[in-house]
Order: sequence, then C-alpha cells, then structure tokens
Amino acid sequence: MIQLDCVTKSFGMTRALDGLSLAVHPGEIFGLLGPNGAGKTTTIRLLNGLFPPDSGSLSVFGLDPQNHGSEIRARSGILTETPALYERLSAAENLRFYGNICGISQQKLVQRIFEVLNLFNLESRAKERVAGFSKGMKQRVALARALLHDPELLFLDEPTSSLDPESAFQVNELIRAISREGGRTVFLCTHNLLEAQRLCDRVAVIDSGRRLACGTPAELAAALFPGVRVQIDMETPVPTNLTEKISQCRGLRSIQWDGGTALMGLADPSDIPAVVTTLVAAGARISRVEPQPVSLEEIYFLLRKNHGGQV
Amino acid sequence: MRTRVLKAILQKDLLEVSRNRTAWVPVAVIPLVFFVFLPALFLLLPRLSFFQSTMATTNLDPVQVLSVLPDEIKALFSGLTSDQLIPFAILGYFFAPMFLVMPLMVSSIVAAESFAGEKERKTLEGLLYSPATDAELFTGKVLAALLPAVGFSILSFILYTAVTNTLGYPVMGRLWFPLPGWWPLIFWITPAVALLGVLVTVLVSARVATFMEAYQSGGMLVLLVLGLVVGQATGWIYLGVLSGMIIGTILWLIDWLLLRICLRLFNRKVLIGKV
Repeated sequence: MIQLDCVTKSFGMTRALDGLSLAVHPGEIFGLLGPNGAGKTTTIRLLNGLFPPDSGSLSVFGLDPQNHGSEIRARSGILTETPALYERLSAAENLRFYGNICGISQQKLVQRIFEVLNLFNLESRAKERVAGFSKGMKQRVALARALLHDPELLFLDEPTSSLDPESAFQVNELIRAISREGGRTVFLCTHNLLEAQRLCDRVAVIDSGRRLACGTPAELAAALFPGVRVQIDMETPVPTNLTEKISQCRGLRSIQWDGGTALMGLADPSDIPAVVTTLVAAGARISRVEPQPVSLEEIYFLLRKNHGGQV
Repeated sequence: MRTRVLKAILQKDLLEVSRNRTAWVPVAVIPLVFFVFLPALFLLLPRLSFFQSTMATTNLDPVQVLSVLPDEIKALFSGLTSDQLIPFAILGYFFAPMFLVMPLMVSSIVAAESFAGEKERKTLEGLLYSPATDAELFTGKVLAALLPAVGFSILSFILYTAVTNTLGYPVMGRLWFPLPGWWPLIFWITPAVALLGVLVTVLVSARVATFMEAYQSGGMLVLLVLGLVVGQATGWIYLGVLSGMIIGTILWLIDWLLLRICLRLFNRKVLIGKV
C-alpha cells in the first residue's frame, strides 16, 4: 500500500528525513511515532505529493506521488492536527465542497453527506456553521470529510493532539471502528503513545528523520525486553528471606519489591508456575499473579535512549 | 481541467466572501455612492436656485474652464449649453476612469479573501491535500475573484446609465449616455483591470499573513485609477475608443506577465511552506 525506500528530504540546512524506509500493508493501522520535528508530517506530505523527496523512492497504491499526486489524494483521506474547515460554512456545506472536488456525483453526494454526518452523530448540526462547534466536533466533521469519498487509505496526522481527553477518546474510537469495519488502511502519525498502543497493529519509531525500529508492539517488546514480566501481589507481612528463596528459581532475571508486590523479570512464561510454587512453599499468601506487558511507552523511551535521544 | 472542480472552488469562495461583512459591505456601498448618489447630485444640483445664484456670483464659466483641454476633447463638448456642459463633462468624461475603482475593489477583496484568507484561517493545508490539481485551484480562485468583479462592474454601468439618462433627460433633452469611449472602458479595460487586481493581490497574498494586509496592499492599485483621473483632467490622456483600446491592450500585456509569475508561485511545493 505504502512504500518508502531510503527517502531523504531537507529544508535548507535542516534534514527532515534521513534515509527513511517503511512499508505499510493493506488493511492495517500503522503508527509512525516520534517527537515533534521527527519527520512525521514531512512523510505524510511527501506521500501526498505536496513536494518531492531529495533522494530515495516512495509509492502509494504503487503510484509515484510526484506524478500521480491528484490520483493518490482522490483515493485517500486525511485528517490533520487542525481540522482546516471553513468556519463560515456549515458542516454540510464543508462536506459538499470537498465532495464536489472529489468528483462524487450530486445524487450520491447528498446521500454520503447524510451517512457520514450520521456516523459521527452530527446530522442534527448539519446546517449549523462550523464556527460554533467545539474542537472535538470540528475534528469529527474533519474526519467525516476525510471519509466522505470512501477512501482506501486514511492519513491521520496528530488527530487528537488539540483535543480534551473525552473528545480524543471519541475520535480514537471512531478511527478504530472505521478501520475495522471498512477494512481501510490507516497511516497514523502521533507522539501520543497511549493512542498508538490502543490503535496500531504495527508501528515505526522515528527520530530526526531516521527509523529507530519497526514492527508490531509485541515484536518490538520481544526484541527490546526479552522474557516476561510478572507482578505478584501478596498479603502483608510477607515472610522473610523470600528473595533469597526464589533466587534459585530457573529463569528469574530480576526482582523488585514494593511492599507486598513483587515485579519479576522471567526468561519465559513457563517459569511462572515454579516461582509461584516456591513462594507458596515459603509461606507467602498470594492474592494475584498478573503478567505485565511491555508498554509502547517503555519501548519508545528505550529506543530513544539507545539512539542518544533526549528522554 | 475539470469544470466541476472549478465550479466548486468558485462557489465556495463566493459563499465565504458573502458571509464576511468586512468584505462585502464596501462592494455594496461603493456603487451606490459612485454610480447613484454622485451622478444624481451633479444632475440635480444645477437645477437648484441656490446653486445657480452661487455660480452666478463666482463668475465661473464652464466653457472657459474646459478650454485648457486639447482640441479633440473640446470637440466632444461642442454645441452644448452651459447647463448641459457640467453633467456632460463630469459624468460622461471626467468620471470614466473612476469607474475602474469598481472592478479593482471587488477583485482585490475576493482575491484577498480567497488567497490570503485561506492562509489566515489555516484552511489552505486542507485544500492542498484535496485531489484538485494546482492549475484547478489557481484557476478556480482567480475566476472566483474575476467573474464577480466584471459582473458587478457591468451591473454598476447599467445602473449608472439608467441614473444619468433618467435624471439627465430634463437637462440634455435626449438619452445621451454612454459616450463612445465608455464601450472599450467597460468591455476591454474593465476585465483587464479586474484581472490586474486579482493577480497583484495573489502576489501580495504570498507575502502577507492576513486578508486585511493583502486587501490593503492590493488596494494600492487605486493609484493607477487616480493617475488616469488626473491624466484625463489635465488632457494628458484622452479615454476615447482608440486610446481606450490601447490602454486596455497594455493592461492585458501586464496581466499576461503577472500571470506567468503567479503560475510559478502558485504550486503545492511553494504553498505548503506557507501553511
């Protein structure tokens, strides 16, 4: 669906992309993660043919964005950080304008405007001017606009960065529903790691235009944090010398205590029963055993630390 | 270039302008002042007794005032009485260049709203991500400014013709307007001036941040109109049929040069840097 090979792009003395390579597969939600200035927006602009790369090659739907920018933009939708809506126009008028530019027939356009506004619970506000809408509503109208022509690919550039938590949650739920139900490919640029964790099938972490890692969150976690982490809650007071007794367990790599809670690093999930048996035999009363998945946040910060980024 | 895309851009831009009071109030007021109120004043004033007595005491002879003009211009006024001379000279001759304020103002307002306004309201980025090509975006926006400017000018001309002939009939004794020089002015110079207003505003819009800055900077073109007014009044320029065609042709050539510059500047690669 999307392919970038060793793409570089500079603006004056600033190198925005530095040999970036990526592949995005059809139907997946792909997250491009990185701090501000990492090159995320530049990547989206290149993929939409807004300017050419300095070197390297890229394609969307197998098409070169520089030569087929209009066709790529006609087959994809975009939601930017700011909704970029015409505030003196109503929600329906905004959608009609973009529908006409996208070449939707008049008859179908009326129906599609109704459908997308309905999808985002905006049908009752269709004739109101956008200027009176809240930020969350504007972003929903912008998302409706991005979906109006039923695109195969959706570019989302920091879609929730200016929203309050409730609006951000609503927009994220809509993005998830759009992708899952419509089978669309989503290219999400964000520095919101929780958002990426919730939505993305695969992610790439970039910094200063360079790719630091790429894969599913599980693949990245396995590569960066080998083994498994498990949290064991025990009733206090815990028996003495527990650390000494379980240190002989096979696969134990680390242990951290916080009152009656032990956070252990093990080589493999199959090591968990032996650890639990040892603890019980030592007199510990266990109330909960829970594997702790590695968060995208931990992956991100470790990657940036390993590559000399400011963490 | 797809007609439907051009129409969508044109309709959207005009809808936006129509909902911006700062933009359209001058468009509504100027024609009323210039093309109804002022001609009515010049046509009705000489019939009022206090004006006649004032003129009598000043010993101002219109024939003598106009004698400074070149002979070919003076020939226009031959056979007119003193009462007819004032409205004829002012409304039929001296007023002609002032008419160009109309296409210039409308085109500058709509173009400033359309080009600088998109930047100011941060809607330009969304437009650049649309499937419209650079040529379609530029043409749609130029037409959105050009067509209303020409349309309003022709409507103003019709209004002016109606007022000058209706109120002037008792003085002139015939339907006397328009004079021949007005035809090239309306149908050759006016579109050229409207396009000039659009293109200069496009160039200014590339360098400024707001609609008002673009409108005010583009409005400097009014100096061109003032130059024509002074030129006519001093007899340096005579807006007749031939001279009108020549002036119009020069303006179209300037438009062509500016268009080439604008086409180089108006592309996504340049515009995205200004978002």
